[in-house]
Amino acid sequence: MTDRYVVAIDQGTTSTRCIVFDRRGQLVSLAQQEHKQYFPKPGWVEHDAAEIWRNVERLAPLALRRAGITVDQVAAVGIANQRETTVLWDRRTGVPVGRALVWQDTRTDSLVSVLKEASGAAAVQEAAALPLATYFSGPRIRWILDHTPGLRARAARGEILFGTMETWLIWNLTGGLHVTDVTNASRTNLLDIHTLDWSPSALAFFDIPRAMLPTVHPSIAELGTATAAFPGVRIGAALGDQQAALFGQTCFTPGEAKCTYGTGSFLLLNTGTDLVRSEHGLLTTVAYQIGGAPAVYALEGSIAITGSLVQWFRDQLELIASAPEIETLARTVQDNGGCYIVPAFSGLYAPHWRSEARGVIVGLTSYITKGHLARAVLEATAWQTREVVDAMNADSGLTLKTLKVDGGMTADNLLMQGIADVLDVPVVRPLAAETVSLGAAYAAGLAVGYWPDLEDLRHNWHRAGQWLPAMDPGHRAKEYTNWKRAVERTLDWIQPA
Amino acid sequence: MPGTVQSIERAAAILRMLAGGPGHLALADIARSLDLAKGTVHGILRTLQHVGFVEQDRSSGHYQLGAALLHLGTSYLDINELRSRSINWADPLAARSGEAVRIGTVLEGRVLVVHHVFRPDDTFQTLDIGTLLPLHATALGKVLLAYRAAPLPSSVDGFTRRTVALRDLPAELDRVRENGWAADIEELTLGEAAIAAPIRGYGGLVVGAIGISGRVERLCDSRYKPQARLVGYVRNAARAISRDLGWGVS
Repeated sequence: MTDRYVVAIDQGTTSTRCIVFDRRGQLVSLAQQEHKQYFPKPGWVEHDAAEIWRNVERLAPLALRRAGITVDQVAAVGIANQRETTVLWDRRTGVPVGRALVWQDTRTDSLVSVLKEASGAAAVQEAAALPLATYFSGPRIRWILDHTPGLRARAARGEILFGTMETWLIWNLTGGLHVTDVTNASRTNLLDIHTLDWSPSALAFFDIPRAMLPTVHPSIAELGTATAAFPGVRIGAALGDQQAALFGQTCFTPGEAKCTYGTGSFLLLNTGTDLVRSEHGLLTTVAYQIGGAPAVYALEGSIAITGSLVQWFRDQLELIASAPEIETLARTVQDNGGCYIVPAFSGLYAPHWRSEARGVIVGLTSYITKGHLARAVLEATAWQTREVVDAMNADSGLTLKTLKVDGGMTADNLLMQGIADVLDVPVVRPLAAETVSLGAAYAAGLAVGYWPDLEDLRHNWHRAGQWLPAMDPGHRAKEYTNWKRAVERTLDWIQPA
Repeated sequence: MPGTVQSIERAAAILRMLAGGPGHLALADIARSLDLAKGTVHGILRTLQHVGFVEQDRSSGHYQLGAALLHLGTSYLDINELRSRSINWADPLAARSGEAVRIGTVLEGRVLVVHHVFRPDDTFQTLDIGTLLPLHATALGKVLLAYRAAPLPSSVDGFTRRTVALRDLPAELDRVRENGWAADIEELTLGEAAIAAPIRGYGGLVVGAIGISGRVERLCDSRYKPQARLVGYVRNAARAISRDLGWGVS
């Protein structure tokens, strides 16, 4: 019997990767290609969707060759993708309408301000369980339709199609299937979170023609069969990247949570089939849906500035030469020396959502060295995690028992210990570092019966490292109070013009 | 002058010029002063920049002496950088071998554990990053000694009756260099064995060691020798990290 494998396509913000996994969930081969980032104006971020598809076509055979396997040994393909990035294209020619608007793009700022005041705004936010924000795809579709003459009429006739990245890739992989999955659809402002289908009132509110939207499918189901890149292979899953990481970390039970520590950080808590509406500034999102089973929901807390604070310390302050050196510098001192950094570079995100806040460094005295600043940089990530976890516990009524972590910053030992200390729960790192790709592979393999069930996937998860809380409770409480006082000092900085 | 390498002479000339001049120079100035093509000088400068001997100012594009020159003689690779760069290879090594993985470097005559991956069996284990181990009684330490990342100790402790004695150490290190890997079999702790291989940076300089450790009956065959399959895994991981650090890449 020839061995069979599952392939994940991880379409990320800066690069696209094809990764081959075996039955034990171990990485067999990897092929990766970066794509160009376009910044035409301040706050604008664009990708060329055609370039991204060409990369997938090139990476697919490369990944298989590196694994030493042929396409008929691939049991299924799964997709994990950068979320909320918006592509419009011509149904007949397949040519994108301009460039894709990336999730970081804030050009819909003033449009969103207007929409927030429009009648029906409250109902739309209620149905989608999301606030109106530049973060999501709906306003981007509206912006492109508004700014391209004649496009809305063509979209209404079904000549122009919308998709997030997984939709665009599946359309190209299958030669014309126009589908999305519930996790990606739940990031548009357009999905009714209860019916898991497009909300007619949201479409009317945004003035977006239904004819341009893909069909919404479960995340884990046979979404189609590829004719290009992996000809003949079934596409078994599509998930937003953070949801894929939650799945890859095998957080299948309510109360299980993972945090991916990168440039920004994303903490997702599985809340089961109960939809939890946040009263503490978190997002309600679909975690995954397997076939016809009820959807599983999650609460999400996004922290805008974590790894990027270390990059700022490296590139703007030039106090370290490489990101990992932050730990070396931080270990030159015993504590933060009373210094705190709150990186509200573009306002405070979850759970505060204060756009007028700006960053502060407080507690400066002549005693403070760059070592103390390095400590404060790492502690900022730990305390921001604590704030999100507190909000999650309050919203869900669940108490976090363990935090599963992944992402580049898990290499920082001092930070991981610091997170365990301030959360007062164990922090564990899995042996599989590529949790986003692994989640897509798991989901796809599950859909086609390559893996029998969730329990089987759990057996593949192994602990590679664990940090246990070791901070004195009194010290923790005092430091948390200081952090909160530092956060207060960021508020009301930007004054209305 | 037979046997001299022209590009090294030129690199030395560039370093002397940067050390003697106004502190920083443009590419064109250096090329003109040395009467060399700009492309040639640029290639040398990029290589010197890669090894840290030269830095380029981001705004002016001028070149100056690099910080690494000031620290010649001390380790050039930050330990947290080493962990960060090797983490993606240490995990698969643990997965394949089924054993705990450690990465070590030298600190004050001992092995400093800079990274540790648990044995993937989900039993209770404690991270021992920051722990110091004896050089002569561990596979990691023997690798570091063999490739001169650490000076030879003048005295050694015996931990078990199999711990290498000082007089046998040179021969043992010769064997390590010959094989390209080291083992310790019940030399630190009874019942425990370990296998390690060198991590190399640019130019082949050994900057650390990576290895697995576990029960002697799992790591060794019936002849009490390290299993070839496991040695292969360790050496492959060491080579992969070395390649990432710029070893063997021109």
